[in-house]
Amino acid sequence: MIGLNTDITKKARETGLFEPHRQDNTKLTLPIDWTDDVFLPFNYSHTAFIYNTKKVTNPPTSFDALVNSNSDLSLVIQDPRSSISGLALVLWVKAVYGDKAEKVWEKLAPKILTVTKGWSESYGLFSAGEADMVLSYTTSPAYHILAEGDLTKKAAIFPEGHYLMVELAAKVAKTDVPNLANAFMAFILTERFQNLIPEGNWSLPSALPKNKWPEGFQELSMPENVLFYSEEDAANLRKEAIEEWRRALSQ
Amino acid sequence: MAPRSLSIITGTLLCSFVIVPLLAVWRHADASASLGPAEWAALRFTILQAFLSALLSCFLALPVARALSRTQFPGRRLVIKLMGAPFILPVIVAILGLLAVFGQNGWLNAALRSLEMGSFSIYGLHGVLLAHVFFNLPLATRLILLGWATIPQERFRLAQHLALTPSARFRLIEWPMLRVVLPSAFAVIFVICLSSFAVALTLGGGPKSTTLELAIYQAFRFELDFAKVALLGLIQLGLSLSAAILALRMAHEDQLGIGFDRPIDCEARSVIQKFHDTLAIFLALMFLGIPLLLVLANGLSNLSSLPVAVWMAALRSVLIALGATVLCLLLALCLLSRSGEVLATLGIAVSPLLLGTGLFLIARPFLNPFDISLIVTLCVNALMSLPFAVRILRPEMIKIVSNFSRLSLSLGFSYRSWVRWVVWPRLRRPLGFAAGLTAALSVGDLGVIALFGDAERATLPFKLYQLMGSYRTEQAAGCASLLLILSFSFFWIFDFWGRRNA
Repeated sequence: MIGLNTDITKKARETGLFEPHRQDNTKLTLPIDWTDDVFLPFNYSHTAFIYNTKKVTNPPTSFDALVNSNSDLSLVIQDPRSSISGLALVLWVKAVYGDKAEKVWEKLAPKILTVTKGWSESYGLFSAGEADMVLSYTTSPAYHILAEGDLTKKAAIFPEGHYLMVELAAKVAKTDVPNLANAFMAFILTERFQNLIPEGNWSLPSALPKNKWPEGFQELSMPENVLFYSEEDAANLRKEAIEEWRRALSQ
Repeated sequence: MAPRSLSIITGTLLCSFVIVPLLAVWRHADASASLGPAEWAALRFTILQAFLSALLSCFLALPVARALSRTQFPGRRLVIKLMGAPFILPVIVAILGLLAVFGQNGWLNAALRSLEMGSFSIYGLHGVLLAHVFFNLPLATRLILLGWATIPQERFRLAQHLALTPSARFRLIEWPMLRVVLPSAFAVIFVICLSSFAVALTLGGGPKSTTLELAIYQAFRFELDFAKVALLGLIQLGLSLSAAILALRMAHEDQLGIGFDRPIDCEARSVIQKFHDTLAIFLALMFLGIPLLLVLANGLSNLSSLPVAVWMAALRSVLIALGATVLCLLLALCLLSRSGEVLATLGIAVSPLLLGTGLFLIARPFLNPFDISLIVTLCVNALMSLPFAVRILRPEMIKIVSNFSRLSLSLGFSYRSWVRWVVWPRLRRPLGFAAGLTAALSVGDLGVIALFGDAERATLPFKLYQLMGSYRTEQAAGCASLLLILSFSFFWIFDFWGRRNA
């Protein structure tokens, strides 16, 4: 099973469908400590607002600056009820602002051009020039740099921190081919697999030191401060955070 | 057309194909569900936007259909065929096409800026309505146009002979037909818009434009709350069926009289009428055509660089579309009755998401649901087009039966020769249209494949989303053009077949 995300692993774990991955978590190079013995990370990235340097000459330098800016910046984001990255955004705001999250959403509301079902629609709108900034990942500019030679897309880095998105694999307990499954879990942490991640998934490899990343990825602006909720906290906060978002944006 | 027993069997099959998955989802529910304030707000918005979208689409389609029915000009058939195109586009492609015209950087705003007249924001309820009218105006026009074609030409001649005023003509000839056609066109569009999701959200500009379908998606994907999925699905089903039944009750099936099957020819129109007709056709063409042309132009140059996987996906989509068309027409021919039309509405009354979830749950104990994902997609696609097919075929069938059954009976026609000599030649044209619509719709539908899809079984729309999801904007544009060409070819080929010698 591949492609789960930390914000929904609690439900997945409770199904009892998965068994331990038996891999060495110390090989991981994530910006946080990883101790989960069931779900094994294979890539990661951080949520970030991406902008076009040709259109936005004076990007916000912090989350506060974005929230309080008077300029007519327009944002396009994803719906936390239908999109993983949208959910990461409401958790990001919650992690930065805590109880003030709803107030922050009320201030952001007039800047939000629209909300889309998934990431593809948002990024499509941004690429078509509809909005100034799009909620995406810190690794998004890498695609434009490496595949298109386009250096104008940048992630706005905020000192308040960025929310971490980790993608995970797990072994199905009742598999017919346990040996193959084990071999695959081991393969995930090999350099061969990890080398495929950056330009395959346009994301950061989970077990590869930075100096082995492809060029273009090494130069990306990365946040110094990383925010992350455990699956327990994420599950507890999710309903409240989404409801605050919905109330603030429905007015 | 079909014997009564066949209709009953088909109806029962159809019901079980819809009800059983619903029950399967219900059975997996572990608690009872109730609606919170968010769901109530979603319900209100869903009904409001669907009602307004259907009303606007039908209202605007009236002058266009009327103009098309009484104007002859080169390319008229092409225009009528074009009328199928927006309907069959994947949502995201259509949205990008619309934004190229109405978006922040679109043509409209560029024009407004150069005239220093401010700017127009598409995001809001009006944007949702704009997109829904874009999708459904062509459908409404075609349905109303078919209604016009059922009026015997002799009636118009008589009206001209008696020198009836336009208003008297409208009251005596056209209104009785519209009273049959409009309510069901309204109901079909209302039901389609009920399950709108991505359009409503993207162009609605925020969570206040949440529809029930989004709530279903959320309950399914994030909360695994099957009780809520089933409850919301039932509400949607109830709304759709009430709309369908209400429409049928409103539609009095008047007898329009018998004619000699003459095609409608050009009639004398005043200069003002001619001007109105030309304007209506021109505006409709601009509104529908420009976004489509922009999508097509954007992707054509990338067509040759598409990877093999895309062509494989296209082949898969074509095969599914052909299968879905055969299945849909067979079902539709068995359901050409009043109750059949209500039953056919089931096809779009239940969210495809819910249907997919239910079928997934049913299949899981016996086989790998992913192995049958393409068959499931085929069935759901056939089901989805069923209401349109029935709506297209039924008026013609009613006419055939009321006009020729007595004559055939008196001539002692056998069932076979009745079908061969009376029904077939007359039903061929709507059959071609229905087949074209089903095939084109099926090619463009993302539908349930999104739930089960993987790289080896991807259809073309699924591939399109995959490409967009991995930043391949240009290949995605090429993919969109291919999709548009395929859908349109299907539409054109079937429609041509139906019109040949007809």
